[in-house]
Amino acid sequence: MVAPLWLAPKERLQDLIDALRQRQYTVVAPVVDQAAIVYDEIDHIDRLPRGWIDSQAAGHYRLQPTSRDRWFDFVVGPDSWKKYLFPARCVLSTAKPLPDGWQFESAADDSPAYAFLGARACELAAIQVQDRVFLEGPWIDQIYQHRRSRAFIVAVNCTRSGENCFCVSMRTGPACHSGYDLALTETDEGFVVDIGSERGGDLIASLRLPEAPLEKCTAARLSQERAAMQQSKQMATGDLPNLLMTNLEHPRWKDVGDRCLSCTNCTMVCPTCFCCSVDDVTDLNTGAVERQRQWDSCFHEEFSNLNGRPVRNETRSRYRQWLTHKLATWHDQFDTSGCVGCGRCIAWCPVGIDITAEVAALREAPVRCPA
Amino acid sequence: MPCMTMSSFWQPVSMRIEGIQTEIDGVFTYDLRFTKSADRTSYHFEPGQFNMLYLPGVGEAAISLSGDRMAESVWRHTVRVAGRVTHTLSRCRVGDTLGVRGPFGQGWPIDAWVGDDIVLVAGGIGLAPMRPVIYEFLRRRAEFGQITLIHGARTPETLLYSTEHAGWERGGIVVQATVDRASSTWRGHQGVVTLLLDRLSIARPQRTHVAMCGPEIMMRYAAISAARRGISDERMWVSLERNMQCAAGLCGHCQLGPMFVCKDGPVFRADRVHSLLAVEAL
Ligand SMILES: Cc1cc2nc3c(=O)[nH]c(=O)nc-3n(C[C@H](O)[C@H](O)[C@H](O)COP(=O)(O)OP(=O)(O)OC[C@H]3O[C@@H](n4cnc5c(N)ncnc54)[C@H](O)[C@@H]3O)c2cc1C
Ligand code: SF4
Ligand code: SF4
Repeated sequence: MVAPLWLAPKERLQDLIDALRQRQYTVVAPVVDQAAIVYDEIDHIDRLPRGWIDSQAAGHYRLQPTSRDRWFDFVVGPDSWKKYLFPARCVLSTAKPLPDGWQFESAADDSPAYAFLGARACELAAIQVQDRVFLEGPWIDQIYQHRRSRAFIVAVNCTRSGENCFCVSMRTGPACHSGYDLALTETDEGFVVDIGSERGGDLIASLRLPEAPLEKCTAARLSQERAAMQQSKQMATGDLPNLLMTNLEHPRWKDVGDRCLSCTNCTMVCPTCFCCSVDDVTDLNTGAVERQRQWDSCFHEEFSNLNGRPVRNETRSRYRQWLTHKLATWHDQFDTSGCVGCGRCIAWCPVGIDITAEVAALREAPVRCPA
Repeated sequence: MPCMTMSSFWQPVSMRIEGIQTEIDGVFTYDLRFTKSADRTSYHFEPGQFNMLYLPGVGEAAISLSGDRMAESVWRHTVRVAGRVTHTLSRCRVGDTLGVRGPFGQGWPIDAWVGDDIVLVAGGIGLAPMRPVIYEFLRRRAEFGQITLIHGARTPETLLYSTEHAGWERGGIVVQATVDRASSTWRGHQGVVTLLLDRLSIARPQRTHVAMCGPEIMMRYAAISAARRGISDERMWVSLERNMQCAAGLCGHCQLGPMFVCKDGPVFRADRVHSLLAVEAL
């Protein structure tokens, strides 16, 4: 275990950004855009949402200024790092019309190597979930692999929990335990820096930081613990897959199906959702055809189309598919939960449907109609 | 910047249509050959597996391999015109090229059936993914007990591969065909496939396997009749169909509970999916 380092004053975070950029990383970090904190490419600390926090609830997200000089007191917004590792739209292959027929070419992914600055514990967990999906099955997603293998991760330990966070009960946070190259914990005067990989150690060595004083380490640890204690939302996960799969005909599915607009927001903001569909885009001048992949959602009616009709013909069955996939069948498929407790789907649901409340309702009155 | 080429499961290879045969109205069999000999290295499939056939600018469709897996010169697919892709394919001519990805999925567990009696139940185009099994049986006839094919179609004219049936019978496979609507010249059975299954002599149910492919409703009733004949779920096999975009378990569309129909199936042992299929709109 390497001793934590001390990055202070906070403005020295610029040195870290510079070091990453020198090593050809494209640095991506939280920034304020259209009244939300999203992820974007940055080259200067000025763009970080310093002094902003988010207030969240079911169906609610607002940014507010904070009087404390805190750089990372907000939690997660509508974006996740998924948009860099599993892009919302990308080209898979091209078909060129030649005189003797179609010629198929693979598309090159010329994405840069990304450095994610400010990934939270639940987000590291989400990346690990997607690793299992895209890298550990019989078929490997090479776009994901290409981007993931080069990504440098500077995590930030949460020192404040949001109203929608339930990472504690999902055992994914708020403290980062693995899956980062460097992890920062913000204190009043600076950042305690934990080194999580050799690559992280090499990079931070160039900043020649001192070891973090003991009292800073203690302050950092206490603030992480405080964030955990602050968390009020929770989801009871014991025997959850079995509970859900034996309640597939529970009346609650109709109840939530009647409230849900099938708008797909929850699936778009979820950092683990991986459903996609493929379509063709033709260049009318050359006749060349690009095969493009884009994010899709199990809430779309056409998603389950079979012989011209959707298998999941009502919102009830689509919500049931989404929730049971996240919390039950994901375990069968990938040996992990598909939910990391980030709370995004709760905040961004226009009608405030709360996954933890839906689970609690099923738990309260299970009907046990076995599948 | 390092640049990666993605020779992955997403990557179609080019194949040329070498032959087109009209099977019945609206159903055509295409013989496809790789345009580049280098692509032949992966030239192998198991009966029950499928390919994604790709017409650039139109889209992809999952189509089972319907030929003999030992006939290595061509990949054969039998396609029913259903929508955009299959309709466009029906307008293609010999010499045209298209993209192919595959083969994908888990096929029929033929080796696990050695020594036992087999009943194949195929409805309509559902016979296409079973034809490679039949060819395998003909080649290895002595390894199996009694083999029966029950094939159902709407009318006598829509029975698939009917010119081959006599040859299959000569090879030791009992072929029983049934139609929903008979014509005056039809001398075979009339009614749903389950009627034939109900009447079939099944000498040793505990050594009999039933393999089904066709509309889900047909398979559901066939499974009920097979169960009545003493055949347990562990000896029934079904080939399922769902929306598929990637065929590799990564697009999410084909999920049935914990299963990805594309990579865990399309052929499933019935006990693994029975309770899932019983849930409406799962
Ligand atoms: C594992 C697997 C194996 C398969 N094997 C075979 C096989 O061997 N042979 C085979 O023929 N099929 C097979 N299928 C089914 C085949 O994949 C579908 O029939 C095919 O994808 C349809 O594609 P399409 O683009 O032609 O139809 P789509 O355009 O996707 O249309 C699908 C359905 O929509 C309806 N539809 C489309 N357009 C219209 C319209 N304008 N008006 C009204 N309704 C419309 C039709 O009812 C049609 O059935 C298989 C499927 C799977 C999953
Ligand atoms: S299901 Fe909701 S809380 Fe769970 S990971 Fe997805 S967005 Fe976050
Ligand atoms: S649960 Fe909410 S966010 Fe998700 S599809 Fe329904 S209405 Fe949209």
